[in-house]
Amino acid sequence: MQPDQQPPCPHEENACDHKHDDRRTFLKKSSFLAAVALTPAPLIKAAEKKADEKIAAYFETVPVNLEINGKQHSLKVEPRTTLLDLLREQLDLTGTKKGCDWGQCGACTVHVNGKRVLSCLSLAVMQDGKKITTIEGLASGEQLHPMQEAFIKYDGFQCGYCTPGQIMSAVACVREGHAHSEDQIREYMSGNICRCGAYRNIVDAISEVNKGGQNI
Amino acid sequence: MENEFFFNYDTMPDPMDRVDGKMKVTGAAKYASEHPVEDVHYGVLVGSTIARGVIKNIDTKAAERAPGVIGVLTYLNSPKVPGYDAGGNPVKGRTTGQPLRVFYDEVIYFNGQPIALVVADTFERAVHAASLVRTQYDAEKHSTDINANLDKAVYPRGRSNDYTRGNADAYKTAPVKIEAEYIVPVEVHLPMELHSIIAKWDAEDKVTVYDKTQGVKSTQRSIMQAFKLPEQNVQVYAPFVGGGFGSALRTWPHEIAALLGAKKTGKPVKLVLGRDQMFTMVGYRPYTIQKFGIGATADGKIIGMSHEAISQTSTYEEFTEGTVNMTRFLYDVPNVFTRYKIIPLDVSTPTWMRGPGEATGSFALESAIDELAYALNMDPLELRLKNYAETDPEKNRPFSSKFLKDAYQLGADKIGWYKRNRQPRSMQENGWLAGYGMSTGTFSASRGNASASARLSADGKLVIQSAVADSGPGTATVMTQIASETVGWPANKITFELGDSSLPPGPTQGGSTTTSTEGSAVHAVSVALQKKLGELAIKASPGFSNAKTEDLVFDNGKVILSTNKTTTVSFTDILKHNSLNQVEVTSDSKSLNDQKYSMYSFSVHFVKVLVNPLTGVVKVNRAVSVADAGRIVNEKTAASQIIGGVTGGIGMALMEEGILDNRYGRWINNNFADYHVPVSADVPDIDSLFVNKPDPIINPMGAKGMGEIALIGFAAAVTNAVYHATGKRIRSLPVTLDKLI
Ligand code: FES
Ligand code: FES
Repeated sequence: MQPDQQPPCPHEENACDHKHDDRRTFLKKSSFLAAVALTPAPLIKAAEKKADEKIAAYFETVPVNLEINGKQHSLKVEPRTTLLDLLREQLDLTGTKKGCDWGQCGACTVHVNGKRVLSCLSLAVMQDGKKITTIEGLASGEQLHPMQEAFIKYDGFQCGYCTPGQIMSAVACVREGHAHSEDQIREYMSGNICRCGAYRNIVDAISEVNKGGQNI
Repeated sequence: MENEFFFNYDTMPDPMDRVDGKMKVTGAAKYASEHPVEDVHYGVLVGSTIARGVIKNIDTKAAERAPGVIGVLTYLNSPKVPGYDAGGNPVKGRTTGQPLRVFYDEVIYFNGQPIALVVADTFERAVHAASLVRTQYDAEKHSTDINANLDKAVYPRGRSNDYTRGNADAYKTAPVKIEAEYIVPVEVHLPMELHSIIAKWDAEDKVTVYDKTQGVKSTQRSIMQAFKLPEQNVQVYAPFVGGGFGSALRTWPHEIAALLGAKKTGKPVKLVLGRDQMFTMVGYRPYTIQKFGIGATADGKIIGMSHEAISQTSTYEEFTEGTVNMTRFLYDVPNVFTRYKIIPLDVSTPTWMRGPGEATGSFALESAIDELAYALNMDPLELRLKNYAETDPEKNRPFSSKFLKDAYQLGADKIGWYKRNRQPRSMQENGWLAGYGMSTGTFSASRGNASASARLSADGKLVIQSAVADSGPGTATVMTQIASETVGWPANKITFELGDSSLPPGPTQGGSTTTSTEGSAVHAVSVALQKKLGELAIKASPGFSNAKTEDLVFDNGKVILSTNKTTTVSFTDILKHNSLNQVEVTSDSKSLNDQKYSMYSFSVHFVKVLVNPLTGVVKVNRAVSVADAGRIVNEKTAASQIIGGVTGGIGMALMEEGILDNRYGRWINNNFADYHVPVSADVPDIDSLFVNKPDPIINPMGAKGMGEIALIGFAAAVTNAVYHATGKRIRSLPVTLDKLI
């Protein structure tokens, strides 16, 4: 096949810079009008671009109320922002990891209303009114959660990058009643990739917590 | 040899939990992209959509106008990288050729090559704007298919070409011989942490980066060379590294791109690769074709072996690895021939992936040994023992230590090797075919240069520092143990600090050398600290004033006078007597260059597989891996190395295969849904065993390396077991079910 027969890059079909211009032109006008009334003329031009961006950003955001690790947050987020990026980039809750951003690795697992959820596949605006628990909210103060203790005891990690997702999944796996045998644990933990290959130890850790029978 | 300082393993407590475990299970550990940096902006790279040619036109206007965008860099407007124009290898890996110079000119070397960087105030805006960059190319015909280009194979420049011992063709006339071709496809490292960097210029000529790297000092050096900066003006942090397996061994174009983006925009830039970009921008294990010939007498004495490998590289760099090397010394064979060639293709440069060339080479060697054993009607383990090399047949010298026979024995007993029925396709379990296979692995053991400092404070805290990085093996834990044992100070009062280029120089974490190299520096500084404390005791502690240094004994945090054992003083009291708040020492440990010995770690893998006779599904049902890695400092983290290597080996054997669409030179399966890696359900119970006998030469701890040998050889153990189960020999990895039905 000749190079010029190559299919376009998938992004190219969605090219939409003109739409973009429309929206920006509109916003520019509105911000411009608002600004004219208040600002001496020479400052307008310099401020225009920045103010325009701010106003654009304002209109692009949606209010969301979330309870994260027991704390209420009233936020304004862009509709396209994922729960994962909200946690990591805006709330500095970086314990929740990005391993793929496409729902294929489990590194971003959090609990939403007690259920394990891939936060990279969840838009933040869709979580309005929900309770989110991340790895940072699992321990009670200095007292580690039994699953965290078990991961340390059985060395259920190496680099530690997949670990928060593994632990959030593991806690849910036990709560769901899917941890009754090693094979069942393996099956129900297979959505969480560990490239360091700590699976054997992770299975041991979960088995122990399940056998411990604590209310987790 | 520092035998007088020999590390006393026997007094070590039970395997310690990881010192950074709590940070990792609570989410407190900060990886490269997670460090809070004020006013950080987001960089997203745009990749080329052709594999070879030049950029005719690149239109960034729409991207520049998109909301939040503060800069779009291409070769047309990028700040210059001074090191690029100096020629040579500014961002140097251990490859020859010219590493890719990002945003340097219009030339395209591979599909997905970074051609533009969009910087915006939020991640979402940067991603969107990156989709608006339009590029036209003058494309040229590209070649990305190794099999279609075999005639272009060349010897790597500057490398000795073929290796011949005795008669290269001897195997051909042996009474029993095997000739076969083995294929290892592209594999991609894919650590769970995406490659990431935050770059921040503190001044025109001063920069701080938080980076995913296996070597903070090597990254610092690369940036120094690229931007012509003095050492003190380049600060690299990597306190936690989310895996690497080799992909973070060198400095890649995206790292330089982030530095350029930050320079151009005047803002700190955070750049996180997408999972798809992990296939094109940070290396991979190259596709390798191997021809193997082996011949033996009827009673199993190997007469000759011939091992030829052809591997891929890029057009701009020559990547080479030790694919055929282990064939020269693993068995006692009089006639050996090896050849290694590479084919430049329009792809990105490969790089070392766990167990680098040896993982590839051992698949051929250890499969061929198994094939020969069946041809001889001999047990594969017996064949290996019959040709066991007591000394290194390549270099004609002794091994510093080799307990491979012990390892064979341990593993065979554990899995019940001799209880199996040796006939292929003779065993069944619940309707599945069962089979056993085994293999051997080896990797060089060595010790490089490193430094460490130790600072004991009056409150009893001991801080050891060194600029090493840890991508998972547990460096801080093992170093804490070495310091604790050598100084005689409780581990819970010791902190090992790493991942910071301003600390005393430590090694890059690669090639299974961290414990040996870094451990030697920690050992040296621990001894130096004791010595210093002894001198201070003589200077000011009651009862020590007339003592000689050789009369001092160090035990459990105290200095004792050997001539009068009731005269003792604790380390912290020594500081008090000297009115010191702290005492600090720094030590260097030199690389070991011993020409008298060959130094290698060894491993043995035993595997039991089950194969579904109808569907061809293969399950690794059990794995027993035994390491002869010298003395084991921490059995817990060492066992994790083994199970990690075995898990990687299961991937290599059964599922991992990067597939390129050669029409475009573009990856087809560049994500975790299509490029399969082992998940929990693929991994059985794994027994990790250690011979645990010290190597008397390599370092004061007697520890050889662990990380590579855990994987090397494993894939052959699986295919050998598949043969035993089914009678079908699979010579092309991975063993997907279509190859069995
Ligand atoms: S980051 Fe969400 S599944 Fe991978
Ligand atoms: S611990 Fe490294 S990926 Fe799981």
